[in-house]
Amino acid sequence: MARTPDIKRRQFLAGAAAAGPIIGLASTTKVVAAETPARAVPAKPQTAGDFNPPQEAQKLVTSGRVGGDFMVDCLKSLNVDYVASTPGSTFRGLQESIINYGMNSKPEFITTIHEEASVAMAHGYAKIAGKPMATMVHGVVGLQHSSMAIYNCFCDQAPAIIMAGNVGNGTQRRPGVEWAHSAHDQGIIVRDYVKWDDQANNLQDFAEGLVRAYDLATTTPMGPVMVVIDADQQEEELEPGRKLFIPKLHQRTQPVADPGALAEAAKLLVAAENPVIVSGRYTRTENGPKHLVQLAEVLQAPVVDERNRMNMPSRHPLNHTERGAAMVRQADVVLALEPMDLYGTLNNVDDLIGRPAKPKIRPGTKVIVIGTTDLNIKPNMGEYERYQAADVGIAGDAENSLPWLIQAIEKEMTPARKSVAMARGEKLKAAGAKFLQAADEQAALGWDASPISTARMSAEVWNQIKNEDWTMASEVGFLSNWPYRLWSMEKHYHTMGGSTGGGVGYNAPAALGAALANKEHGRITVAMNGDGDLMMSPGVLWTAAHHKIPILYIVHNNRAWHQEYMHVQRMAERNQRGIDRAWIGTTIKDPNIDFATLAKSMGVYSQGPIDHPADVGPAIQRAIGVVKRGEPALIDVVSQPR
Amino acid sequence: MITRVWSYAAAALLVSAIASPVAFAQDTPRGNTANGKKLFETIGCFECHGYAGQGGNAGPKLIDPPAYPAFIVQLRTPRNVMPPFTAKVLSDQQAADIYAYISTFPKPPDPKAIPLLQN
Repeated sequence: MARTPDIKRRQFLAGAAAAGPIIGLASTTKVVAAETPARAVPAKPQTAGDFNPPQEAQKLVTSGRVGGDFMVDCLKSLNVDYVASTPGSTFRGLQESIINYGMNSKPEFITTIHEEASVAMAHGYAKIAGKPMATMVHGVVGLQHSSMAIYNCFCDQAPAIIMAGNVGNGTQRRPGVEWAHSAHDQGIIVRDYVKWDDQANNLQDFAEGLVRAYDLATTTPMGPVMVVIDADQQEEELEPGRKLFIPKLHQRTQPVADPGALAEAAKLLVAAENPVIVSGRYTRTENGPKHLVQLAEVLQAPVVDERNRMNMPSRHPLNHTERGAAMVRQADVVLALEPMDLYGTLNNVDDLIGRPAKPKIRPGTKVIVIGTTDLNIKPNMGEYERYQAADVGIAGDAENSLPWLIQAIEKEMTPARKSVAMARGEKLKAAGAKFLQAADEQAALGWDASPISTARMSAEVWNQIKNEDWTMASEVGFLSNWPYRLWSMEKHYHTMGGSTGGGVGYNAPAALGAALANKEHGRITVAMNGDGDLMMSPGVLWTAAHHKIPILYIVHNNRAWHQEYMHVQRMAERNQRGIDRAWIGTTIKDPNIDFATLAKSMGVYSQGPIDHPADVGPAIQRAIGVVKRGEPALIDVVSQPR
Repeated sequence: MITRVWSYAAAALLVSAIASPVAFAQDTPRGNTANGKKLFETIGCFECHGYAGQGGNAGPKLIDPPAYPAFIVQLRTPRNVMPPFTAKVLSDQQAADIYAYISTFPKPPDPKAIPLLQN
C-alpha cells in the first residue's frame, strides 16, 4: 500500500511525457501534476509495462541532509532555545528538521494555537531571558495573524525572530492554497514595524540573513526581525561537498553615550536644586536597577518610574513614583532614561473637548534625555509619539551609559553640592516613608467588597509569593497598579512592563513566554490577566498545559473591556444622552464567561469564579502548589473594574 | 486599542476639588438609596470609583463623601477630566439619590488590623 502513491506519481510522469514538450520541461512531480489533466493518467495499471521504471525516475527520497537541517544548524549557532509556532505547510521542511535532525532540542518546538500567541510569547520571553527566541509563521496568512504581536514587540523594543514560510518560486507551487500562502515580498506585510526583514535567495543567503537579523534584533534599540524561510530551500537536498557556512555572530556591545555629553549632563544635574530622574524602557539586565539606585543615591534625587521595565526597586526611599506628577512639576532638571514618550512625560493632554495640552514642567526646566528610542522609528505608525525637544539629547543605551554618567557626576560633585544633595535626600526619604502607609490605607477601602477589589486581589497574591522567586509578568495598570504599590519589587525580572503597543491579547501569551524563560530557574510566574485580553488568545492555556509551563493566571474578571466602557461613557455624558447605555458593546456578560471551565477543557488546573474575598487566598495557595509542581493553574476572580 | 489611562494625578485633583471644610448637612436633599444604588451601577459612577466607592487609578474614593453642595458642583461642572453629569441626563433628585447611596458606603477597616497589609 505504501508504494501506491509512488506508482501513481510515475504514472503522472509517464502520462505527462506523452502530453507534449511543455511537460517535458517540468522538473518536478508537483508541476507536472499541476499542468497535466486527469485524462493523461490511467485510472489503474493497464499492462505489466506500466510498472516499468520511467526513463527519468522521479526521486522519491532524500539520502542526505536537507536545507532545513542547515537552517537548524543556523538556529543552534545563535543559541536559540525555542521556536513557537502554529504549524503551516510553508515551513514543513524546517519543522521536520527541528524535530528530527535537531531532535527537538535547542530549539524546541513550542506548539501554539495562534500565530499572534507565538510572537507574543517571544515578546515576553525576551524580556525575561534577555535574548530572543524564534517563531515560525505560515506564509502570508500566519504572518498576518502574527502582525499585531509583532507591532507590540516593535513598540516595546523587544527582540524576536520571526521566520515566515514561503514558496518563492511560482513554478514550484502547487495550485490553489500554496499560491495564496506565498508572496513576492512578504516583508511588506510587516515592514512598518520590524527592525529589518530579509527574503533569502539561497541557503547561504539565508544563513547570513539570519545572523544579521539576530544581530540587529539584539542591538539597541532592539526590535523584532523577520526572515523568510523559503520552502524549496528548506526541502532541497544538500549534495555532498556543498560549501555552506554560518557566519559567527558579532559579539557587539550596546552603544554608549558620548563622554562630552555625559559631562554636560552631569554639570546640570549636580547644579540642580531639584533634579528628577524618569525611567522608561530602561532596564535590560540585572545591572539596570543596580545602576539606577546608584545614580539616584549619588544625586539624592527622586526617581519617577514609568514602569516600562523593572527599573527602580519599588520600596527604595528615592522611588517617588507615587507622587510623580508633583516631582516633575517642581523639577529644575529632568533626566529621562529611555523614555517611551518624552512628550507625554513632560506634558498633559486632557481627554476633554479640544484636547487641551499643558506642560507638566515649569518654564526653564532643563531636560536631559539618554536613550536609543529615536534611532529606530518608522514613518507610518505613530508609536514614536509627539516630538519633544530636549536641552541635552544623548544618543546611547541608557543602561550601558549610566556607569559613565555616575562617574561624571562624582567627578563634578563638590562638598557643598554634596551637602545640598544629602539634605534633599533626607526630605525625600521622609516623604517616601509615607507611601507605604498611604497605599495600605487605600488598599483597605473596599477590602471586603464583592466583586473583589484589585487591591485585595493583589495583596492576596503577594502573600503567597513573597517568599518565593517570582516574576509578575502582566501589565497591571488596569488593576490600579496595586502590585507596584503593595509588593516589594527589586530584581530585574520581578516585572517586565507591558505591551507598549497596546494591542490587547498581549498579556496571556507574553506572560507564558516569560514563564517559559523562568522555567529553567524554577521561578513562579504570575499573570494578573484581564478577561478581555485572555479571550483574545485563550489557546495559550492549552500551550501551557501541553508543554507543562508553570504559570499562575489570575483572571481579573471585571466582565468588560473596561477602558472602552469608560470611553463610551465619556462620549455619552459629553453628548448628554443615553448615559445608561455605555455597556452596549463594551461588556462581556450575558452569558458570563466561565474561565475555570475553559481552562479545565484545555488541561489546566483551575478554580472559580470566585466572588467572595475570603476565598481568594486559599485558592491562590492551592494553585501555587500546582505551579510549584511545574504545571499551569488559573483562578477566575470576579473583580472590581479597576 | 488602549488609550491613555485617566491619571491618578487627575484623580487627586478631583479629591481636592470636591473636598470642602464647610459642612452643608442642612442643604442635603433627601435621597432614595435604593434608586441611588441602581443609578450608581448603571450610569457609570462605578466605572471610575468602583462598586464599593473605593476608587482607583481612574477616580478617587467616594467613601466618606464631601458635603452635598461640593458633590453637586463637581458632578455638574467637574473641574478636571471627570465627564459632566448635566441636569439633562441626571435630575437633581437622581443626584440626591446617588449621594444618599454613596453616603452608605461603610468605613474601611483599619489597615493595621489587616494582616495581609503588614507585608
